[in-house]
Amino acid sequence: MDKKIRVLVAKPGLDGHDRGAKVVARALRDAGMEVIYTGLHQTADMIVETAIQEDVDVIGLSLLSGAHMTLFIDVAKLLKKNDINDVLVVGGGIIPEQDIPKLKKAGIAGVFGPGTHCDEIVDFIKKNVKR
Amino acid sequence: MNELISGVLRGDPRSVARLITYVENQSEKTSEFMKQIHSHTGKAQIIGITGVMGSGKSTLICELTRKYREQGKSVGIIAIDPTSPFSGGALLGDRVRMMELAMDKDVFIRSMGTRGVLGGLTSAVYDVVEILDASKKDIIIIETVGVGQAEVDVVKIADTTIVVLVPGLGDSIQTIKAGVMEIADIFVVNKADNPKVEQTIAEIQSLVDISCFDKERKIPIVKTIAKQGDGIGEMIGEIEKHRKYLDETKTFEMQRRLRYEAELVEIIKKQLMSMIFDEETLKKKIDTLLNKIYSKEIDPYTASEEILGKILK
Amino acid sequence: MFDKKEIEELRKKKEEWEKNCYNKHIQKHPESKDKFENLSCTEIKSLYTPTDIAKFDYIKDIGFPGDYPFLRGVHATLYRGRLWTMRQFAGFGSAEETNLRYKYLLEHGETGLSVAFDYPTLYGYDTDHPMSRGEFGKCGVAVSSLKDMEILFSGISVDKITTSMTINGPASIVWAMYIANAENRGINKESIGGTIQNDILKEYIAQKSYIFPPEPSMRLIVDTFEYGFKYVPKWNTISISGYHIREAGSTAIQEIAFTLGDGIEYVKAAVDRGLEIDKFAPRLSFFFNAHNDFFEEIAKYRAARRIWARELKKLGAKKKRSLLMRFHTQTAGCSLTSQQPEINIARVTMQALSAVLGGTQSLHTNSMDEALALPSEKAARIALRTQQIIAEESGVTNTVDPLGGSYYIEWLTDKMEEETYKYFDRVEKLGGVIPAIEKGFFQREIAEASYRYQREIDSKKRIVVGVNEYTIDEDISIPILKMDEKGEERQINRLKNLRKNRNNTKVERNLERLSKAASGDENLMPYILECVHSYATLGETCQILRDVFGEYEEPALY
Repeated sequence: MDKKIRVLVAKPGLDGHDRGAKVVARALRDAGMEVIYTGLHQTADMIVETAIQEDVDVIGLSLLSGAHMTLFIDVAKLLKKNDINDVLVVGGGIIPEQDIPKLKKAGIAGVFGPGTHCDEIVDFIKKNVKR
Repeated sequence: MNELISGVLRGDPRSVARLITYVENQSEKTSEFMKQIHSHTGKAQIIGITGVMGSGKSTLICELTRKYREQGKSVGIIAIDPTSPFSGGALLGDRVRMMELAMDKDVFIRSMGTRGVLGGLTSAVYDVVEILDASKKDIIIIETVGVGQAEVDVVKIADTTIVVLVPGLGDSIQTIKAGVMEIADIFVVNKADNPKVEQTIAEIQSLVDISCFDKERKIPIVKTIAKQGDGIGEMIGEIEKHRKYLDETKTFEMQRRLRYEAELVEIIKKQLMSMIFDEETLKKKIDTLLNKIYSKEIDPYTASEEILGKILK
Repeated sequence: MFDKKEIEELRKKKEEWEKNCYNKHIQKHPESKDKFENLSCTEIKSLYTPTDIAKFDYIKDIGFPGDYPFLRGVHATLYRGRLWTMRQFAGFGSAEETNLRYKYLLEHGETGLSVAFDYPTLYGYDTDHPMSRGEFGKCGVAVSSLKDMEILFSGISVDKITTSMTINGPASIVWAMYIANAENRGINKESIGGTIQNDILKEYIAQKSYIFPPEPSMRLIVDTFEYGFKYVPKWNTISISGYHIREAGSTAIQEIAFTLGDGIEYVKAAVDRGLEIDKFAPRLSFFFNAHNDFFEEIAKYRAARRIWARELKKLGAKKKRSLLMRFHTQTAGCSLTSQQPEINIARVTMQALSAVLGGTQSLHTNSMDEALALPSEKAARIALRTQQIIAEESGVTNTVDPLGGSYYIEWLTDKMEEETYKYFDRVEKLGGVIPAIEKGFFQREIAEASYRYQREIDSKKRIVVGVNEYTIDEDISIPILKMDEKGEERQINRLKNLRKNRNNTKVERNLERLSKAASGDENLMPYILECVHSYATLGETCQILRDVFGEYEEPALY
């Protein structure tokens, strides 16, 4: 078996800060995962459709503009609507502590803010991936 | 099991995507599934597109797909990027330029890593082509990076192979590895708004004149400016002409047979390897043999005969 | 700068010291690292002496402040004459809320305004556009029309204070709104001063808030240069930026190499159009980052000044004012930690100090809570006070370029200049700035540098206090900025009413005229001003330009 963990790294909305997304993508690659990067300005529709075609195990959402409560939850809701239950959703960026419980409730399994060690993200994914 | 196959035959993206995953991961279910797929294939036209990074391949493919969609044809795209030989991971970034196509129900895009086949195409690509074919895609485009073995391999799968060059990318012709120039059925010179374009075309033309000297078909050169959508119509025209040529000279059938031969070889290799290295008792035997090879008790050829002897019994 | 014989003597003496003193010492007490490297991977020695700068000529290479090559500063007296402008970047929610924050900051002593816009505004979308969903006011103030600009500056004397606006894709339109607002208040545009960032090349490279492709974007920028020196002569029509390139993860050397390279590209574009260099060059300004390596940052600003002066001279500039690299600095946002946020105050202080010792003309200091959210009032005030303490209490402003002549600083300045020219060569070999952008050269350099930096932190080769060392178990409980929840609704209603009550025939006609002009090669500023005056919205005006120019898509390289 040659199973690889496939991760979609996506930037929803208008936020153009892609430094973190690109660093995490490289770290995941170095951990043996296949990383598909969507580029900027993605809508929830585009992210979910890509996740379907690429049959990813993980969706990583990156956002630093403050719009995470709307846009992350949009993605989580759309996954539910499409009956997709076997994808691990994680997020990162500038996300105040007080917003994290609501995000977790909506289905974002892990939130990784500034100062996160790359290994922490890799380990979380390896431990929590659903397939 | 049947549900997945009927989903694929219907063109349901989730079924197609899931089957591709099984095939890539070489799961045990793969052969069972693939056996049911083959009789539904054969209608799709398979185009291989290769070129160095920066040649604008992804934009070209995006525009090509758009034009095919205007003609009412459905498109499947396989975008292949190299897997890191060290970590086994890969950055698959070709989709970035094709995101607007993602929402078109009749376009399916899948990113694949080469997954450890030394610079070449992963053997799973044969299967993925069959899957997309069976899911009723009229056109299947395979995009490779063009840095070595992979683009030469794509010839075995594609009906028409297109090599994309750009003017002014260093000494573009010389930097393309030997062998790549020979696999082209069509040359595309993208970013043709570059002032050096005529020089590049002249260089390619002289190569074509030499290599096609005694051949029936002269390899055409198409100028495109992908970001403006220029030259895409001509490109499709040349693809159609090439298809007609293949049909008329019966080369199409010969090429397809060569492809099935290559595919068969890959499947046999895969199954043999699986028989040898996935089986527990054989694994132990191999460990023992490796120790013997190291201490020079035995040589690798004799070891191989022992292993093959075991499985061929 | 030094006598040849003396240098020889010194070299010998240094070797003796190394043998007898230094080597003996490290045998008993080894140094903590094998190699000491700064953030640009330049190896730093344990000691610098005159031998390291022996070949320099004071007059030619170092000179005097206010004189070519301006290494020591753009003005003869620098802060002895006038302090740097304390200009705090601010903006959030609706124009009403931000207007209050500006008044607060002015009350507490800031001396220049700086506008942060929200993402929809940065991309030229009105608040009610579908792409604006969830983004209203989150990282800056929403400005969708001249009406919002009027509210934003209500009660503020725009003829007495200068305003910097961080806007790029739609810069010409937002600038037009600022001008129109001043004109409506009876203020002549010849007397208003400020800056628009308007630097599209670094958007493709780093900040990514681009709209149109390179060619029409450059055309718009040169339009603003031309309009500026003719009609708004006190305005800096561009702020050629390295801040964002650094924030995206570049090294200090890449920061100045890529920024100055962009600057040269703009000058060439304007000269190609036939503009006289000495007419527009005096109004080109710059914007740099103030990051952690204290001495590297100081050397960086000095090197950049000398390189710019030299390059502008090469391009044909004759007036002194054309050669001055005047710059604004912001302390590094990416260095702020969400852990133990109060300690960010210490970071910002050091970074601000390096900018001052580097001779910045204007400075923004970050607030301690910005790794968590937009700054609260208190945090913003402390950030401002940090600058005031440096200005009033530290004594560093008593003399110009106090670190000039330091063996380390002069050596490092020279080294950074050398490395910058290597980058200039590489970009030239790729065909120039715009071809290099298309090939993803800058983007890849930055991505690799930022990944290397992260690996160094992950492996603890580089320490970040509070993050990978000196950590505590904490519940972060500093007050976070709360925005008016009704702001978005108010804004959308305002837009509805605006569209109803304005003269829509006039708006349509003006937009039509802009569309025609955009397809030709006239200067677009007058047309944009007419649209803005008639209350065409930002989104409507931008859409006209999108239709004519198209939209930019990133190359598929990461």
